[in-house]
Amino acid sequence: MTAPLTNATLPARLESVIGSVSVLADPADCAAYAVDGIIPSAVAKITSSEQIREIVRFTASEKLALLPTGARTKLAIGWPPIRYEVALDMTGLNQIAHYDSADLTLSVDAGMPIAELNATLAQRGQFLPLLVPFYSASTVGGIIASGIDSPLRQFYGTARDFLMGAEFVDGAGKLCKSGGRVVKNVTGYDLHKLLIGSLGTLAVITRLNFRTFPAPITGSRGFVASFATAEGALALRRAIAQTSLAPLTLDVVSPELAKIFASRAPSAPEISVFAGERLSPQASLAPIGEWFRPREWQLCAAFAGAPEVLERYARDLTRMAQDAGATSTAVLDDNTRPSVWGRLREALAMLLESSPAAVVFKLGLLPAQHASAIMKLREIAERASIPHAQVACAAGPVFFALLPTTPVLVGSEHSQEWLCHCAAQIFESVSASKGQASVLFAPTAVKESLRALDVSSSQRTGASNPDRTDRGLMRRLKSAFDPQSIFARGHLFNHGGRL
Amino acid sequence: MMTSALIRELRSFLSPSAVLHQPEDSLLYEYDGSIEKGRPDAVVFPTTTAEVSRIVRLAAKHGVPIVGRGAGTGLSGGALARCGGLMLVFARMNRILELDLENQRAVVQPGVVNFDLTLAVEHAGLYFAPDPSSQKSCTIGGNVAENAGGPHTLAYGVTSNHVTALELVLPDGEIARVGSALGDAFGYDLTGLFVGSEGTLALVTEITVKLSRKPEAVKTLLAIFDSVDDAAETVSDITARGITPAACEMLDGWTLRVVEEYVHAGFPMDSAAVLLLEVEGLLEAMQLQAAAIDEVCRGHHAREVRIARDARERELLWKGRKNAFGALGRLAPSNYVLDGVIPRSKLPQALRRIREIGEEFGFQIGNIFHAGDGNLHPIVLYDPRDAAQFERALRASAEIIRYCVEIGGALTGEHGVGMEKSELMPLLFSDADFELMRRVHDAFNPTCSLNPGKIFPLSKGCGEIRTRPHPQNPPASA
Repeated sequence: MTAPLTNATLPARLESVIGSVSVLADPADCAAYAVDGIIPSAVAKITSSEQIREIVRFTASEKLALLPTGARTKLAIGWPPIRYEVALDMTGLNQIAHYDSADLTLSVDAGMPIAELNATLAQRGQFLPLLVPFYSASTVGGIIASGIDSPLRQFYGTARDFLMGAEFVDGAGKLCKSGGRVVKNVTGYDLHKLLIGSLGTLAVITRLNFRTFPAPITGSRGFVASFATAEGALALRRAIAQTSLAPLTLDVVSPELAKIFASRAPSAPEISVFAGERLSPQASLAPIGEWFRPREWQLCAAFAGAPEVLERYARDLTRMAQDAGATSTAVLDDNTRPSVWGRLREALAMLLESSPAAVVFKLGLLPAQHASAIMKLREIAERASIPHAQVACAAGPVFFALLPTTPVLVGSEHSQEWLCHCAAQIFESVSASKGQASVLFAPTAVKESLRALDVSSSQRTGASNPDRTDRGLMRRLKSAFDPQSIFARGHLFNHGGRL
Repeated sequence: MMTSALIRELRSFLSPSAVLHQPEDSLLYEYDGSIEKGRPDAVVFPTTTAEVSRIVRLAAKHGVPIVGRGAGTGLSGGALARCGGLMLVFARMNRILELDLENQRAVVQPGVVNFDLTLAVEHAGLYFAPDPSSQKSCTIGGNVAENAGGPHTLAYGVTSNHVTALELVLPDGEIARVGSALGDAFGYDLTGLFVGSEGTLALVTEITVKLSRKPEAVKTLLAIFDSVDDAAETVSDITARGITPAACEMLDGWTLRVVEEYVHAGFPMDSAAVLLLEVEGLLEAMQLQAAAIDEVCRGHHAREVRIARDARERELLWKGRKNAFGALGRLAPSNYVLDGVIPRSKLPQALRRIREIGEEFGFQIGNIFHAGDGNLHPIVLYDPRDAAQFERALRASAEIIRYCVEIGGALTGEHGVGMEKSELMPLLFSDADFELMRRVHDAFNPTCSLNPGKIFPLSKGCGEIRTRPHPQNPPASA
């Protein structure tokens, strides 16, 4: 894709509207804000919600399209926007507006980096369990808009469970809010929940209210059990689910991902895994120990508590793993645990780094469907001779990655047609298991090919259940928030342009 | 007004007992657990989603407003026919459609009683976590509409945290499905929007919920205090220390004595306040948590911290808590249970202010509430036949809610806005907020045919209500 420099005078007009705000117009600067190769004509680095309102009104009156951005680590999620002229750089809006540590509640600007926020909360022994990929750079607004969560969802749930309210600028350029700053609240519609995973298509998030949690700093452990088969690891996971044990994380890692973990470190190897750890944030992650077996399936569980509790978990998990036929088990302390959990947190980032043309699917499947679905998907990838890797969260989705070894070029061995063909089979297979599949990351060329598929199958790329009727309802919501469709057109859904 | 043609058409596909329209019948549906009233012109009892859709289409054709209702235990007037019209009661859509024990999911019709779901799965060590005090009579459909809470939502979250997918009937009769069994559906979180929308966007006809695993160990503590301030400080301190009990309820001495005379749970008659605390989970963790809570209570001058010795004692204490509002019926012809929410760090000052407001307006105001969530339930006793007293009760209540907002709280923690608090909404929301909420409302319910007169202040509500209130049900004076 080339940069559609639709309007050379746009930056100047933008400056005249918002005055002192810093507007980037140099194509080289703007290129850093590209989405799927589309480079915006101007970047507005805002520092107040008032400026955002002005910019939204300006873009609406000029019929331009706008995309809010944070640290830009997850902008690649979503379909290529149909139009994108103005990037809003939100990183200048980065203060903690309110923190009542005694109430465990917080109100923070969207551009605040999560690592910085958690460093502040750690001083009070608290944290926000959003330990997402690209952790060291990600902003809280970007995390919410991307809908990405972390292995900690096993215990703490997803953002929708602890986001209490939000402020945002709607498509009419008005600052709106929903929810509040208290942990229990049913006053008015929960509009803030709609922002989670909205990819910037509904509103510009300016502020988010969260409940915080006591950080599991005093005493946490990791447990890793290796298995010759996926069934073994999943059987252990099922056994754990039938007890009162409540691990903080509970993931099953495929041998291929285990190999990536064993052979690499994430490029942003921040060691802090459960925020508040009294370890140097600069220290790089230690190599994984030999108890992590790259040719096997690994079940990884983290847990926290007082010594008696830690002992109980270690004892029960080891016994259950042995009963399930584990080839080895290991209990990891504060020194060794980050080597695995630092990588688990960054698993999506490491998958992307491991291939020049990674296609990462998010599969919404209930736990009992994981075993058969994973086997079917592995067969699809292997039939196409495309390397693959996956990780399955017990309480959440399976991430399945196709990892071609060469960049996607038409006619090459791993051509985009092959990838698309595979993707279509994956959608079919997940749909047959009554699940949902969506593409999180893919090379732009692959996205374009998927987009070119016929409407019925391209609809399935968003949600693979053919009987779903919610797309029309989502379209109505989009129109309610953004009547002129100026936010990230086409970014969330694959066709039609209205979303 | 309801036409006989509509009744005739309803009767063409519903059994005679499923269509009520005589005044003596609809009279029974003019109230719920709140202090509001609103009489429907006719009441229907659908048994299937297809029937709901057909009823809704007919109502739309005749231009008649519709309102959904579960067991009518709501406390904000959400299930009342403020503008008359047709009421859909989901009592006969009360089947559990699917139990998936391995994945800990259930699919239920909206009329399933909350506690019945727990009864159906407890053999497998599972339960449905949201536990409003009315859980033995309220329906899951009503819980979804109001995003109901309960004592144990402190640790496990409100209804919204346990609902993953919905089947809906929109006001034009269209049937839609939102969410997914896992709960991580692609796109906008429509489930999150519809749960708690108080029946103003769609009628819910099927609900997929998460089932939770019962803990291996439970301990119930009763901490007894000689001052309300000490009890309130204890709650703030437990919160600030990052201790999360499964439940943390407060009963003040005045209500406690009324409850004890009724339930005989062993509550101390001479105390100023008690905290009813529950800790659960792994045996080892629970014991440590109970010890930590005991220490905080004693640090704030608890006179005694009792531990329930067995399941019978535990149930008796909870019976006292859950039947408290009923017990108060012994004192006055009527009581008004408020529902405000505040930051937990401000609990002591809020309870002091409530006492002052009671004195200013000449009421003894009791408090039985979810202290751990900061979810206040002040109770004002009054006689509805005394118009001046009723008016005073309303003003005292509004003053308390205003104070909650002033210190960073919200209008309602779990009962909903409904009719009760719609006029107080501007305390929290700006014109821009209302405009967006209005657009979202209109995206699904454009003609305001579904549950009109709720959530929005009448001045910002549907045009029809502003100009043509139902003759039977003039809007409340507030």
